[in-house]
Amino acid sequence: MAKKLVEVKNLQKHFDVGKGKKLKAVNDISFDVYEGETLGLVGESGCGKSTTGRTIIRLYEATSGEVVFRGDNVHKIKGKKVKEFNRRMQMIFQDPYASLNPRMAVEDIIAEGMDIHGIYQGKERTKRVHELLETVGLNSEHATRFPHEFSGGQRQRIGIARALAVDPEFIIADEPISALDVSIQAQVVNLMKDLQKDHGLTYLFIAHDLSMVKHISDRIGVMYLGGLMELADSEDLYKEPLHPYTKALLSSIPIPDPQKEEERKRTILSGDVPSPIDPPSGCPFRTRCPDAMDVCAKERPVWQEARPNHYVACHLYE
Amino acid sequence: MGQALLEINELAVSFSTQGGEVQAVRGVTFAVEKGETVAIVGESGCGKSVTAQSIMRLIPEPPGRIKNGTIHMNGKDLASLSEKQMRGVRGKQIGMIFQDPMTSLNPTLKVGDQLTEGILVHQKISKNEAKQEAINLLNLVGIANPEERLNQYPHQFSGGMRQRLMIAMALMCKPELLIADEPTTALDVTIQAQIIDLFKEIQRKTGVAIIIITHDLGVVAQIADRINVMYAGEIVETGTVKEIFYDPQHPYTRGLLDSVPRLDGDRTQKLIPIVGSPPDLFSPPEGCAFAARCDYAMDVCLSHDPEHTKLTDHHYTKCWLQDKRAQKPF
Ligand SMILES: Nc1ncnc2c1ncn2[C@@H]1O[C@H](COP(=O)(O)OP(=O)(O)OP(=O)(O)O)[C@@H](O)[C@H]1O
Ligand SMILES: Nc1ncnc2c1ncn2[C@@H]1O[C@H](COP(=O)(O)OP(=O)(O)OP(=O)(O)O)[C@@H](O)[C@H]1O
Ligand SMILES: [Mg+2]
Ligand SMILES: [Mg+2]
Repeated sequence: MAKKLVEVKNLQKHFDVGKGKKLKAVNDISFDVYEGETLGLVGESGCGKSTTGRTIIRLYEATSGEVVFRGDNVHKIKGKKVKEFNRRMQMIFQDPYASLNPRMAVEDIIAEGMDIHGIYQGKERTKRVHELLETVGLNSEHATRFPHEFSGGQRQRIGIARALAVDPEFIIADEPISALDVSIQAQVVNLMKDLQKDHGLTYLFIAHDLSMVKHISDRIGVMYLGGLMELADSEDLYKEPLHPYTKALLSSIPIPDPQKEEERKRTILSGDVPSPIDPPSGCPFRTRCPDAMDVCAKERPVWQEARPNHYVACHLYE
Repeated sequence: MGQALLEINELAVSFSTQGGEVQAVRGVTFAVEKGETVAIVGESGCGKSVTAQSIMRLIPEPPGRIKNGTIHMNGKDLASLSEKQMRGVRGKQIGMIFQDPMTSLNPTLKVGDQLTEGILVHQKISKNEAKQEAINLLNLVGIANPEERLNQYPHQFSGGMRQRLMIAMALMCKPELLIADEPTTALDVTIQAQIIDLFKEIQRKTGVAIIIITHDLGVVAQIADRINVMYAGEIVETGTVKEIFYDPQHPYTRGLLDSVPRLDGDRTQKLIPIVGSPPDLFSPPEGCAFAARCDYAMDVCLSHDPEHTKLTDHHYTKCWLQDKRAQKPF
């Protein structure tokens, strides 16, 4: 298999929420990201996907555990290496409206990173911006315009051009298409796939739309209440989900095909996701799990490779 | 078929803004029969919510204005009722559920008080009977321990439970029609699945007709009997759920279906996006509103607006490709 680009080891990120209470947004997760792949991260709102992405790229310090990028512990990088790290790892954000500075012209938004890193200046800079605009399906005339003159899909393209500007190796895309209309989502996803091929990029693709994640990802990790429940090849995860949560999640997703919907058997979970401030003992999913056993309340299941390249944290497989 | 429950005819709604007049809804016609579920789908800004709000007469006037058309509910034209008469229709004959439950729940009032007050407005029963009715409603929408819940405030409910509460409030006076505007968009998929199931169960139990607005074609496939596909303020195709999914005739409908990945789909297959974006509703194009984005557009599409063509009893589409002289591309 390909080389590991990112290694996430027992990563924890806890937030202080007052009165001495801690919110365990990310609670001891481990996974690797291989060079050139797209790793999808899915799960319901509040399960810790964004926090995971933000901690990997050092927008947050880790509470414990480590993130290793090309051999370096990300949270320990110092001095000159910081700038280099910032260039190699980039992030695309969910909200194409909020994530672009409304007072900056598109060319300055895209070139901001190049300016910081002192790569491409003067004529080279302009040329590079024009190239990037064309790469993401816009054109050089757009360079002098401002964000409000663009549609949501176009703004997200500008965000992608900005991330690409500094020749990154690894891009964390946090819900890059959630705010877009379905017909526009396909444009952006196709663009991301093409760019990956042309530039050899590696993606961490965060989303809650599992159909889209499955379409774009080579492997998928499923999170629940701060923990990683399962991680497998996209096809395997879909065809042979192991964790009861993954099974329920898959069965909740509507398929745009009325005949199939009629014939489908579905597991509908009862209840809601518990609070991450006061999570259940043992397995975080046990309060909604149709297969919960006594042991699930007592011990947290260990993260293990239950099948080749198929990881799961569930007592059913211990 | 006798008289439909709801009949909307040539509805046109505009908003006057600084930039000019936004023609949000431009001649929408459709009917809803008793007990059926009709979905309205389409991209953001195509006029789904404005259509729904017009039925409830909730368009802010000004800047909004129903410029043309009729909205008959059980034979009575809602578009011509006074605000006072309309209050008797809202909640009583038609219940509405919004995308964001907090907009229609009072955060300072206990859930029980909100429910019983609402029930007492429309029904002449005692307070105790109203409370019992509230408990029945919470049971109907699947909220456990209803007696305790009545003493709580909306913020003490989770997102999914608030949406259930909204549904309970909309059902309070046993309406014949329920309008749900993106009722599950803000919810997680596992909760969405619960709510969709709830809609089906309620329909089975009460026979209420439902108009559901959503951009999620999967949700539509699960719940709808018929579908209206809207684009730029118009219905461009309408048909039964099977006609729309298995025999779409409008290029926009086809585009919508091809642009979404399916969970059971093949990863290597490329998604086919619809290029460009919808037209400006300040000055909608002269011809077909979709022509600029349409792979099959002909000269006539740019200059002349197509008529609706009847394909089956339920299936209509507004596209020049249906003209006898046009070559069929698919
Ligand atoms: N800066 C913060 N301070 C305190 N709590 C936070 C902070 N950021 C996130 N959280 C909490 O951490 C948990 C995980 O949040 P996160 O944003 O990572 O979830 P997510 O999986 O990205 O959800 P969504 O799908 O809604 O974006 C949530 O309970 C959230 O409220
Ligand atoms: N109060 C208002 N003032 C001015 N324009 C309005 C107003 N309400 C709606 N519009 C315009 O009417 C058009 C249709 O809006 P509508 O809310 O019906 O869209 P929609 O199909 O529900 O979209 P979405 O999927 O984003 O909810 C849009 O162009 C919108 O900007
Ligand atoms: Mg997030
Ligand atoms: Mg709307």
